Amino acid sequence: MVVVFFTYFALASIIAAGLTVALKHPVHCGLALLALLVHVSGLFILLNAEFIWAMQVIAYAGAILVLYLFVLMLMNLKTDDRYFHASYLYFLAPAAIGSLYVLFLLIRSPFGGAKGDATTVAILENGDTYAVGIKMFSDYLLQFEIVGVFLLGAVIGAIVLAKTPKPIDKEYKA
Amino acid sequence: MVPLSAYVAVSAVLFIIGLLGVMIRRNFIIVLMSVEIMLNAANINLVAFSYYLESMAGQLVALFIIAIAAGEAAIGLAIIIVVFRGKISTNVDEMNLLKW
Repeated sequence: MVVVFFTYFALASIIAAGLTVALKHPVHCGLALLALLVHVSGLFILLNAEFIWAMQVIAYAGAILVLYLFVLMLMNLKTDDRYFHASYLYFLAPAAIGSLYVLFLLIRSPFGGAKGDATTVAILENGDTYAVGIKMFSDYLLQFEIVGVFLLGAVIGAIVLAKTPKPIDKEYKA
Repeated sequence: MVPLSAYVAVSAVLFIIGLLGVMIRRNFIIVLMSVEIMLNAANINLVAFSYYLESMAGQLVALFIIAIAAGEAAIGLAIIIVVFRGKISTNVDEMNLLKW
């Protein structure tokens, strides 16, 4: 059963990513990106990461995508006929060959490694949110604070950038 | 049981698609959306390794990536608005003010 769901989510997210890159109208691209985000969040559910799933739906699909769509509709863009670069065919063939090679290497790899202490049983005992919270506020507290300061800087920067500039000659009148 | 390499393969394909989008699209907003595709591919990779190697670190880094993606989207869209106000274009080929 998991295999069926995995196949569906994987294929749907790859198709949605392709549509995001290939569609012509920017709003259609945004909607394809929404489909991609929702299907990727389905993959997180299969991996027992409910908290990441919730964050993906709330922060990505709820906040970031709405921001993109707001800006798209604010600017009311016209789509031009030639929406790819003129030389995009030069990129396509090397990308296809390179990705096939990487896929070949990945499927052969066993991916062994040292295991941690968060087994599936231990996570399912109290839920994924509990496990993430305990870990985030003990071992990863410094990183958490750094991300908080980073977000504050991003908010201030966005406000400063997007503010309407004052006309210069107002200061001379006073 | 889905093997780990299947998740890594999906993540690799999504990353390549996002990279292609950054390189071949001319609209700056679509370029930013392709960056979001790449960040999502990295998130799949992190969460899959977190599940198969039984460690919480991957999920925490995935959360930080989501936060950083939010900051990147806010700053990038603010820059787009500033450029659009002056030039009435979001084409990356015409943004050459910083080109030497």
